[in-house]
Amino acid sequence: MNRFAALLDRMSYEAGRNAKIRLMADYFRTTPDPERGFALAALTGALSFANAKPGVVRALIMERADPVLFEMSYDYVGDLSETVALMWPRLEDAPAHAPLLSEIVHGLSTLSRSTLPRRLADWLDGLDETGRWALLKLITGAMRVGASARLAKTAVASLGSVTPDEVELVWPGLAPPYEELFAWVEGHGPRPETSNPAPFRPVMLAHAIEEANFADLNPGDFSAEWKWDGIRVQAVAGTGPDGVRAVRLYSRTGEDISEAFPDLADAIAFDGAMDGELLIVREGRVEPFNVLQQRLNRKTVTVKMLAEFPAHIRAYDLLVDGEEDLRALPFTARRARLEALVEKLSSPRIDLSPLVPFAGWDDLTRARATPASAGAGPDADAVEGVMIKRADSPYLPGRPKGPWWKWKRDPHTVDAVLMYAQRGHGKRSSFYSDYTFGVWTQGEEGDVLVPVGKAYFGFTDEELKLIDAFVRRATINRFGPVREVVHEKDEGLVLEVAFEGLARSTRHRSGIAMRFPRIARLRWDKPPGEADRLETLEALLR
Amino acid sequence: MRPEDLLCPSPKGLYSPAGDFYVDPTRAVPRALITHGHSDHARAGHAHVLATRQTLDLMAIRYGEGFAGSTQALAYGDAVVINGVRVSLHPAGHVLGSAQVRLEKDGLVIVVSGDYKDAADPTCAPFEPVRCHVFVSEATFGLPVFRHPPAAAETEKLLASVRIFPERTHIVGAYSLGKAQRMMALMRAAGHDAPIYVHGALTAITDYYGTQGMALGDIRPVKGTDKAAFAGAVVIAPPSAMTDIWARRFADPITCFASGWMRVRARARQRGVELPLVVSDHADWDGLCASIQATGCEELWVTHGAEDALVHWAQTRQLRARPLHMVGYGEEDEEAAPTEGAAPGAAP
Repeated sequence: MNRFAALLDRMSYEAGRNAKIRLMADYFRTTPDPERGFALAALTGALSFANAKPGVVRALIMERADPVLFEMSYDYVGDLSETVALMWPRLEDAPAHAPLLSEIVHGLSTLSRSTLPRRLADWLDGLDETGRWALLKLITGAMRVGASARLAKTAVASLGSVTPDEVELVWPGLAPPYEELFAWVEGHGPRPETSNPAPFRPVMLAHAIEEANFADLNPGDFSAEWKWDGIRVQAVAGTGPDGVRAVRLYSRTGEDISEAFPDLADAIAFDGAMDGELLIVREGRVEPFNVLQQRLNRKTVTVKMLAEFPAHIRAYDLLVDGEEDLRALPFTARRARLEALVEKLSSPRIDLSPLVPFAGWDDLTRARATPASAGAGPDADAVEGVMIKRADSPYLPGRPKGPWWKWKRDPHTVDAVLMYAQRGHGKRSSFYSDYTFGVWTQGEEGDVLVPVGKAYFGFTDEELKLIDAFVRRATINRFGPVREVVHEKDEGLVLEVAFEGLARSTRHRSGIAMRFPRIARLRWDKPPGEADRLETLEALLR
Repeated sequence: MRPEDLLCPSPKGLYSPAGDFYVDPTRAVPRALITHGHSDHARAGHAHVLATRQTLDLMAIRYGEGFAGSTQALAYGDAVVINGVRVSLHPAGHVLGSAQVRLEKDGLVIVVSGDYKDAADPTCAPFEPVRCHVFVSEATFGLPVFRHPPAAAETEKLLASVRIFPERTHIVGAYSLGKAQRMMALMRAAGHDAPIYVHGALTAITDYYGTQGMALGDIRPVKGTDKAAFAGAVVIAPPSAMTDIWARRFADPITCFASGWMRVRARARQRGVELPLVVSDHADWDGLCASIQATGCEELWVTHGAEDALVHWAQTRQLRARPLHMVGYGEEDEEAAPTEGAAPGAAP
């Protein structure tokens, strides 16, 4: 457990995705079975450790520490698990060996509520400070290291010459501690059998199209459809050799998200694999992304939520029909099979993503600019651009260049004032590269700036140097790695911020949250007093 | 004699009324006893300074030869009598040359610890508990949450990261006197024999450690070195330099920081540290408690740090204890970034 804890500790400070993958890969490479497998299970969320409430942890330390010293320490550290982990007394007769992760996993599966505290105390006696921190965080369900299941699987794949998608393919048939998976990836075992009757197929992705690309493309070779602003899903169903029917909904990275969308299970009344967009549809109208967002990332799905946010699949491709793999067929042939299937299903939960007719690129330019009058009608708010697909394109995994293009609508922009800047990490650790910006609103004593977002990309290396120099020059306050910079009506820096959309948010003082904000331009020429107002953004929400 | 007649707090620092001298005064005084060379304890401008030879040498390196009107070196264990007070110095285990000050008059013994640690450190003489009636202790890490792990294990954490990211530069923030050289010694002991690059502010002090018989291996200046050499290398710099424009020469660096404060995650986060190394030159909580008990003292005075927790702990052990609320002591090197080429340690 101490080694796994050291990995979690290191990852908790590491912001970079690739660095996290390498840290995990190093751990998997140097840790034996079955310990690494249980670690993989913990990282992918396949195991739940959350067995204890903070009260249990507090009670344990109160039996062992001076209450005055505990309160002083807690006050200083500010986190219960961390305080307890650090001040847990050392025993003269400490256990001879630290508990293994596997022992803890087995222990937790057999403990009752009344025996848990005693056992937890024994484990804590055997661990070091970092080990105790990790165990307490895991067991109270508060571990945050910013690694998704996909990232952990990518790290496993990097141990050998296997792609992350291949790991996804075999994953549903596996269980902790994944010994056969490690053996296969490391080249000393066969590929694990997938007995999964509803496996994920790696999805096909599109490149963003540039103005210059159009000259080389013949409109007659392509078909177009709306790019829907939902989440990409793959609906798969099939019957196993045991006669049991499986229905699964996968995210575009192959994560099984079926449990979050039980309202779609009955609608997936076919054998095969369908590619489409998950959307919220109310009274026949597709809702914009910020409505869908309210249903995402929920641990439990309530009946109320199912009724208020009905899930829907807008289908655009068919990869497998019954037993038949269609992926090698041209797009038009797959599309015909898809149309037939959707018609046969005649489900209120699944419909077809309509094609956008166009004769030349000018037509499509107009459609993209005004989707409402080009066929999207009342659904136009959920359109984030158009997809352009070659009529003869097979369904290829990954992001091949040429067959599929995405052409997003122009982003929204706002002129905002730089308020705070934070130092970056790694390459950017000597640069102020994370910017919090605000817009004007009426305060009690005249106009004040209210922060509306944070952006840390979009600028060039040259612009980064200029902003960094400005931040150092214009600092009026320091809070650790954060600097507050001057932001008056006549003094400060205006940033043109591009973003994809807005959502209401109770977590932000301004009441709004930006999607995908980035710095589009530096407006040295513009006095901060002329930057935009909060009302301008609020108008976008209506 | 009451303890207060032998030693008492004053606005300029700890003062001995009987001996008419100060210990680690924060302002210029006629006669000063200096426990160690860190800038918050050793200041320039006193008329007369008594300290270990090494502390005097380090002060000369940092402030220039004329840092005091006159100086007097005193070896560990030797004694001098100042105005009837018997004064001797004893190893504090904090940094090279660091000493505890033992004062004795009319059978009353007071020991001023200065900063100290009871953990092993190959770059200085080990801490010696000195029996006394009153022990004057620091409490920098005077909370039970500060438990420093073995320094060798933290060093291994750094070297493991160097192995996993062999193309990146690990910049280790470390105070320029003591911590920096200890990190070098720890890395050498762990078998890391590649060149270690240092910020200009560290060069003179590190060279001095060399003259005192410490083999720190191949130490090279960052300045003037080809950028390509930094890939996979460890660079040691004062903490303030890590976020300075100085650090831009390193490709994709990993920011490390060697300090006891790194034990608390919020502190490490606040500084933007990516690889915290819990290596401290101060005693941790267990070390403070054990060292205080080892002196057999009847009374504990606490100078600076988390005084309240240590005073509370002492009182639960029927030990008279009081905080002195001294100001002006803390971490050195915390603020202004030293520039390469400037006199190391010179006041900004």
